[in-house]
Amino acid sequence: MPKAPDFLVHEVEDTVGVVVVETVKKGSNLEGWLMAKDSTLKIKSKDAIPLGHKVALKDIKKGDTIIKYGHDIGKAISDVKKGGHVHVHNVKTKRW
Amino acid sequence: MAAKKSKKAPAAKKAKSPVVPKLVEDAPLYIPEPKYLPVRSRGKPTFTGYRRENGRVGVRNHVIILPLDDLSNAACEAVANNVKGTMAIPHPYGRLQFGEDLELHFRTLIGTGCNPNVAAVIVIGIETAWTQRVVDGIAKSGKPVAGFAIEQNGDHKVIWAASRQAKEYLHWASELQRETCSIEELWVSVKCGESDTTSGLASNPTVGNFIDKMDAWGATTCFGETSEITGAEMVCATRGKTKAAGEKFMKTWQAYMDEVIEPFKTSDLSDSQPTKGNIEGGLTTIEEKAFGNLEKIGKKAKYVDVLEPAEEPGKGKGLYFMDTSSAAAECVTLQAAAGFVVHLFPTGQGNVVGNPIEPVIKLTANPRTVRTMREHIDFDCSGILRREMNFDQAGDGLIDITMRTCNGRLTAAEALGHRQFVLTKLYRSA
Repeated sequence: MPKAPDFLVHEVEDTVGVVVVETVKKGSNLEGWLMAKDSTLKIKSKDAIPLGHKVALKDIKKGDTIIKYGHDIGKAISDVKKGGHVHVHNVKTKRW
Repeated sequence: MAAKKSKKAPAAKKAKSPVVPKLVEDAPLYIPEPKYLPVRSRGKPTFTGYRRENGRVGVRNHVIILPLDDLSNAACEAVANNVKGTMAIPHPYGRLQFGEDLELHFRTLIGTGCNPNVAAVIVIGIETAWTQRVVDGIAKSGKPVAGFAIEQNGDHKVIWAASRQAKEYLHWASELQRETCSIEELWVSVKCGESDTTSGLASNPTVGNFIDKMDAWGATTCFGETSEITGAEMVCATRGKTKAAGEKFMKTWQAYMDEVIEPFKTSDLSDSQPTKGNIEGGLTTIEEKAFGNLEKIGKKAKYVDVLEPAEEPGKGKGLYFMDTSSAAAECVTLQAAAGFVVHLFPTGQGNVVGNPIEPVIKLTANPRTVRTMREHIDFDCSGILRREMNFDQAGDGLIDITMRTCNGRLTAAEALGHRQFVLTKLYRSA
């Protein structure tokens, strides 16, 4: 059995994963489970990321659409480095 | 058969006698192995249910004492106390309602009585006319139903007459037998609550996997929560089986925005969706929250129609969307009134909701909730977070516990007495 992952990713096209452990500090080596392909992703975290929060799977530019569960969940309002914490400080809904 | 097995019978085993613990916190929890497990031939399971007069199949066999109105709750509860094994379903409404709100009141009460989990019904109301209307509605299902009115009789006489009748219904219902039923005869509703990051991540997609499999097998299923789909409404509209179904969904959603949110809102929704708790848990936008919710309907299933609150599906097998509140008990009450017989309820932080007639199966992927609220959880899918199970395996596990529940296993909510019967009110009474 593969070791318990640090973050989960549903779909191949997702640009963020969800952290499922409480121990992600800046510079942690993270292993993720890409569920759609049952494969393992490796990323170095750029920030401390709390349990349940999102990690960027690639460099994201200001204005880019964030994809989670294969869907558009909003846009980046500043650049986010791969491994960075993706949350309300750098992502907003396109609705309001 | 019995003689052959006698060598391995429990008597031959060395029976271990449990030690009575000094401190109950140290007491071990004994979980006996289930004796009957669901039969899954070629993946498609069967279950045992009660076939009712109209052909529908139930998984419970309740005799209910149903009040028309708030005033009749006391008499209903007295009858249920007199006749053990019957159940009163008290609620706070039923007087001076009018228009669409009154129609919904009748539809919910009649639908509750008609639900195939109910064998027979006693209706008690303050006066004869509206009581008769509920009795007539339930009688159309063909099941035994009788009504009593309190005005000019008083509680004592009504309790006597209704108890006498309830006892006969109970004797009759207790002799009914379960029979093997096919999955096409099963109606399952879904709704999530006290959601957190583990809901969209794991427990909702587990329900989605269940729905996709059930849909392919020809079951009838239902999701609701008009308000919580806000943010994913455009994608939800594309999940209609026909263009008309998708358009009907958008019309229903827009009406909710125009008639409920616009007149009553005190500030921009951006402050309340997602909630502060959601944000702390890791959710960032209303879209993210809504797509997590929508994971419950899987990847393939498409809804055949959009239902009014408590409206019975009328377009054959498949997935349905119902216009409901996102409050747990209101939503489940409406789905039960539409005829759904078993409910799947994924939760993150631990909603404890139950329904008097429709068993509510709780599942969670949050390991802390499994640990701290064990007595409320029927199915633990937290293994997804540890890569111990994938959605396909979690979906199969959920099918198994659902079949066991249909076969008679009581849910946590049933065992703990959660019977939240909450009528949806569209506007205040006259």
